[in-house]
Amino acid sequence: MDSARRYIPVAALLAAVVAVQVATALTGTAYYLTQLTMAAYYSLVVIGLCVLMGYAGQISLGHAGFFAIGGYLAAGLTTHNLAGLKNHALVEFLARSGLLLSRQDSYGATLLTVQPWVACIIAVLTAGSIAFAIGGPVLKLKGHYLAMATLGFGIIIFRIVLGSAYFGEADGISGVPGFRLLPGLEVSGDFGARIQNYYIAWGLLAIGLTLLLNLIHSRVGRALRAIHGAEEAAGAMGVDSARYKLYIFVLSAVFAATAGVFVTHYNGGIGPSEAGVMKSVRYVAIVAVGGMANLWGALLMGIVLNVLSLRGVFGTYDDAVFGSILITIMLFAPQGILRLGLGRRLRVLFARERK
Amino acid sequence: MALLEIANLNRSFGGLRAVNDVSFTVHQGSIKAVIGPNGAGKTTLFNLIAGNLAPDGGEVRFNGRRLNGLLPCQIARLGLSRTYQNIKLFAGMTALENVMVGRHVRSRAGFLAGMLNLPATWAEERCIRDKSMELLDLMGIAECADLEVTNLAFGQQRAVEFARALATEPALLLLDEPAAGLNIYETGEVGELIRKIRQQGITVLLVEHDMSLVMDISDEIVVLSFGEKIAEDQPLAIQQNQEVIRIYLGEEEEGSAGGTENAADVSGERVVTHA
Repeated sequence: MDSARRYIPVAALLAAVVAVQVATALTGTAYYLTQLTMAAYYSLVVIGLCVLMGYAGQISLGHAGFFAIGGYLAAGLTTHNLAGLKNHALVEFLARSGLLLSRQDSYGATLLTVQPWVACIIAVLTAGSIAFAIGGPVLKLKGHYLAMATLGFGIIIFRIVLGSAYFGEADGISGVPGFRLLPGLEVSGDFGARIQNYYIAWGLLAIGLTLLLNLIHSRVGRALRAIHGAEEAAGAMGVDSARYKLYIFVLSAVFAATAGVFVTHYNGGIGPSEAGVMKSVRYVAIVAVGGMANLWGALLMGIVLNVLSLRGVFGTYDDAVFGSILITIMLFAPQGILRLGLGRRLRVLFARERK
Repeated sequence: MALLEIANLNRSFGGLRAVNDVSFTVHQGSIKAVIGPNGAGKTTLFNLIAGNLAPDGGEVRFNGRRLNGLLPCQIARLGLSRTYQNIKLFAGMTALENVMVGRHVRSRAGFLAGMLNLPATWAEERCIRDKSMELLDLMGIAECADLEVTNLAFGQQRAVEFARALATEPALLLLDEPAAGLNIYETGEVGELIRKIRQQGITVLLVEHDMSLVMDISDEIVVLSFGEKIAEDQPLAIQQNQEVIRIYLGEEEEGSAGGTENAADVSGERVVTHA
């Protein structure tokens, strides 16, 4: 069966995830797990963007914006103290419905905040709704114009989080509590929860990957690729391209926002750099290196480049490296680094012109 | 019964009246051709019918339903499918996948069902694949099923486009120059194919320059010139229509030698130029 062939690589991925964890435990290099956890979350953004760009053919230079909407709303809602408003009817109602979390801060004062799972739902739904609202008009644009419009959106989100007190301005938000998914299973940066969090992140990534692999091999996936191939002909075949483009844009934004929520709980905070334009460029660069319409390529490159970046291999030139990667890929390997023939292209480029 | 009714259709581009007050009907089960010199407005007419362009005036009715203002995808769902003059296949997909997209209107699985790969969609997916394979087989290109479509030869690409249009199970098929770029032998095959399509109960409206094909297969012919309909009749009558001969050949005085040669062209005997 087709689907079986699709799930075998996912199973292999999970086996590799376990193998890596065991290897780090045996060699005493468990500190790698932190970067691998973060890289898994960032790769969730990348595979969501990959389906939008590579399969549906729509670019977004605003995905850091959706990531930030997810992360910042989760952070704001789970840290903003409602204790002062305890007697307000709405707060009282929320508290009684079990939607609020009461805890002590490090000075012993009572903190009353929104439950992380409630915040997560609000954050992801908000990101999805914003994508839905702007997607309608913006996705009518094509090529460079779509890139510009989504870039503008990303800049707006960046300036909003940088400028508003609720989102901590330039400092961002810290002190974000852990996110308890199930009893005993919590997304947090606690030293003792490192292994657990590694598995949460990779589990989430594997689920996301499976959903997207299924999608691209379905009727909807074919329709999306048809829109990419020849939009007019797709319409003549009855594909409602405006609606499909909008839905995949929203889905892609939801992936980014979900990653934002989890990263924020894992790091215990979020800062404005997560919303920056260079972050969006980075996601686009990774999808391009992976080969655009290649989910596994995007995933692999998402992991490799993010781990390198998080380990500080690129030093202070981090953003410059991703910019250079984008230029290099566009020039030498528009099909991505995994489609070979790279050497031949280089030879052609540097060869003397024959008359 | 009239499957397609076109009434007083108008469309201008700037000062150019590309389609000027054109009316005609296409009967269920017939093959109708639209001919005319280059720039006569044939492709514009197709784009108006299929919803790719909005008319300035007039209306298009399909199965009694007004199509004005509907999107191409909505019109496709009503049972109207088309091919393009310059083939528009989905690059980056195989021949089979291209035809499978044609099954879009006849299947339902949405985003959620697709992402979860629900068992309920498996049967549908198999059905889509089988039906598409069947159509590729009908076109005689089953062996190309798993090849990327841009790697196929021109004639094969045309066949894939035919199969894709048929996969929607249309009531009316619009063919925009189905024989363009094909040799005599292949053109003959296209003619056979169009007859086969009609036998399945599909009504065909085609735009074509190849007179031998048009005269051979059409039940009726509409002649356009500078956006206006100047004749509508059966093939034999069209061949003898003075107005049609005039627009194809120019006035008498323009030289009788060229005139006879082209007259043969209009009458359906292909003029073969030996290289």
